[in-house]
Amino acid sequence: MEYNVKVWRQKNAKAKGHFETYHVTDVEEDASFLEMLDILNDQLIRKGVEPIAFDHDCREGICGACSLYVDGRAHGPDDQVTTCQLFMRHFKPGATITVEPWRSAAFPVIKDLVVDRQAFDKILQAGGFVSVRTGAAQDANTILIPHDDAELSMDAAACVGCGACVATCKNGSAMLFVAARVSSLALLPQGKPEAARRARAMVAKMDELGFGNCTNTRACEMECPKHVTIDHIARLNREYLKARFSE
Amino acid sequence: MADTKLISKIPEGPLAEKWSKRKAEIRIVSPNNKRKLEVIVVGTGLGGASAAASLGELGYNVKIFCISDSPRRAHSIAAQGGINAAKNYQNDNDSIYRLFYDTIKGGDYRSREANVYRLAEVSAAIIDQCVAQGVPFAREYGGYLANRSFGGVQVSRTFYARGQTGQQLLLGAYAALNKEIAAGTVKSYPRHEMLDLVIINGQAKGIIARNLVTGEIERFGAHAVVLATGGYGNAYFLSTNAMNSNGSAAMQAYRKGAFFANPCFAQIHPTCIPVHGEQQCKLTLMSESLRNDGRIWVPNNMEDVIKLRKHEIKPSQIPEERRDYYLERRYPAFGNLVPRDVASRAAKERCDAGYGVNETGLAVFLDFADAIKRLGHQRVEERYGNLFQMYEKITSSSPWEEPMMIYPAIHYTMGGLWVDYDLQTTIPGLYAIGEANFSDHGGNRLGASALMQGLADGYFILPYTIGDYLSHKFAEPKTDINAPEFAEAEKNVLDRIQKIFAVKGTETVDSIHKKLGHIMWEYVGMARNEAGLKKAIEEIGELRKEFWKTVRVPGTNEEFNQELEKALRLVDFFDIGELMARDALNRKESCGGHFREEMQTEEGETKRDDENFMYVGAWEYKGEGVEPELHKEPLKYENIKIATRNYKD
Repeated sequence: MEYNVKVWRQKNAKAKGHFETYHVTDVEEDASFLEMLDILNDQLIRKGVEPIAFDHDCREGICGACSLYVDGRAHGPDDQVTTCQLFMRHFKPGATITVEPWRSAAFPVIKDLVVDRQAFDKILQAGGFVSVRTGAAQDANTILIPHDDAELSMDAAACVGCGACVATCKNGSAMLFVAARVSSLALLPQGKPEAARRARAMVAKMDELGFGNCTNTRACEMECPKHVTIDHIARLNREYLKARFSE
Repeated sequence: MADTKLISKIPEGPLAEKWSKRKAEIRIVSPNNKRKLEVIVVGTGLGGASAAASLGELGYNVKIFCISDSPRRAHSIAAQGGINAAKNYQNDNDSIYRLFYDTIKGGDYRSREANVYRLAEVSAAIIDQCVAQGVPFAREYGGYLANRSFGGVQVSRTFYARGQTGQQLLLGAYAALNKEIAAGTVKSYPRHEMLDLVIINGQAKGIIARNLVTGEIERFGAHAVVLATGGYGNAYFLSTNAMNSNGSAAMQAYRKGAFFANPCFAQIHPTCIPVHGEQQCKLTLMSESLRNDGRIWVPNNMEDVIKLRKHEIKPSQIPEERRDYYLERRYPAFGNLVPRDVASRAAKERCDAGYGVNETGLAVFLDFADAIKRLGHQRVEERYGNLFQMYEKITSSSPWEEPMMIYPAIHYTMGGLWVDYDLQTTIPGLYAIGEANFSDHGGNRLGASALMQGLADGYFILPYTIGDYLSHKFAEPKTDINAPEFAEAEKNVLDRIQKIFAVKGTETVDSIHKKLGHIMWEYVGMARNEAGLKKAIEEIGELRKEFWKTVRVPGTNEEFNQELEKALRLVDFFDIGELMARDALNRKESCGGHFREEMQTEEGETKRDDENFMYVGAWEYKGEGVEPELHKEPLKYENIKIATRNYKD
């Protein structure tokens, strides 16, 4: 099968970017979207054109590296997938597919479709952990956690840190990402001692790094590949308010 | 006779006391001296992240490197099914000894007793640590931790977080790492790739790394270097490894004098989504945990096979009596939960006999109909929901309605850098942990044991043992990165890069890598023989020449350049592939994942040769184009009775 790929090209962080359209041929029916890009890159290299840079790694939807805006949607036209789990069967043969990097002030472009998401690491470094030293822990079964709490915590912990929520939000807010971590730990007894400090520090860091505010549009939840819901944002807000009152 | 270059440093005394004894002997470094010591950790998977976090907590100055944009993306994240620990929470008579025994037996008696026992011994503390970090393991309704079973064992000792256990454990270790980065004890270098190891006076003193964003070649010095860089399964091109996983750091260490042990021991995982075409670049694993409840079968008659291939019937329409649940038939005691190597070969055997169920004839069924009937939709959803979803996204077929189709694929490498009991390589000051070393899994790794080993090494073993080495180093000044050894290593790296750009050929890196993959799968895959292995060595040599004549890498070094990254890794995969074939050729026995066709029982099972091959084969680099030298570390089993692996009764 053949497609036209209209893709963002940008030499480096400082350069001005632009769209280029390429024609890709010989794409197998079962190919994944990223395999289509591999095929296109192979064809470009043979023609003497620089291949398109894009982040990817595990190709099974868990590492969170892939970060493409495809036809106007984060991770493309399928629900609850990362770009690597998007398949060409979702596109009509001959279609023109538009591919862009995440667009967010907090995620500057490094090259073509590759962006810098270190802001996410910095938010987690501000407090997204339980301060337990190696070897300090008691027997695991002395901490009882009701089945449903563990499941709910796991729902939030499923976040892969891809940034689709930020890329999708009209405000470029990282609330869903921050909420996923805060909520996951807030639901567990292990997270309680540092809950107030964590919520305050992570929200402050998020604001400092240039992410926008949340206006409850729910766009993030719609595009989250792991179906992290805005219930967790509600829990983050509660944790944050509690923390402010306890100051 | 023990090889004088392989001093394993296994402590004397009874098995159960060896680790305590070693810990008591290890010299420790006082807090004020730890501040003066620098350690480089390469890799941020379970091993690297947990080691760096623990070393940071102890007060060392740590630098940690990863090739991805964040430590959280290391390939440990993709591990699905679970982590083993001898907790005996199920009261099924599990114990440290039983975990030790299962691991040695599962590895087909080719791993070191003392290391494996220690692994089992610290396993329980790993679960404690992870729970304390807030890892949301699955729970029973009473709030206690839940367990499930994995291949090659008869107890339930596997802890899990849905089908995302690796992700959750890595996020725990990454959180611990973040805590230390925030505290300033660890400095993180994402998007940096190690391209050489620097040796000064015979000791590991630093690395040369390429900044993957700017292309800058940078020098980093330390008092010790830890490699936690994973395995080399991508030598096969198609594997379940992440696209960027590679064996280059281990190869750089090998070329600088670290011995490489048992390279031929590669694990082929039985439950992967089958290959769909030539353009595929990655195979997807379906967790072994699925074999807890899924039943593996093919039709017992050719008529149904032909109809299936023509899509004239659905698998669910084939009645029970026309199915062959071949694992349950051949291995009644373990059934669908035999170890991975056994399950993989059994699938190959059925497909070779013509019973493969898809168009290519290279697939078998993994069926959940019985489980859904027995447990109900909700419990199956809780256990495997995300795996079912993943399968459906890829294949557009729902496991709720029709069985999955699966086929074996390369998944893990048991071989790796040779290390002693302290996890130190043959180069003083260079340590290797997790999948990057060879020490714990012998000829075959049991499911849910990779996560256990990565975290055991990183949290509980390396932070102690490295202290013994560093206790002699605190009086030494900081490593001078202007030393001639750094300059030379840097020059070698730049020369290698320029040599690649200079080829200016016509072929892409991936197209050549695919050819290497074909050679490896054909001759160094699930079944190997002397003629094939010799052919592999020859063909890899030819392909290497082809690479240096025809590869085309566009762009320059001084920029973000993914083709260059891949080309540099492929150069090392040639050497790894060749070393694997050489080792497989030497090992004239069948054992674990290494199946030599010349050595099998009448029933087609592996036939070990304990008399001649009960050793670790460690290869010493002798220079480019020169045959490496084999060193042997004899394996002694003092606490376990050597037997033929039996999963039948």
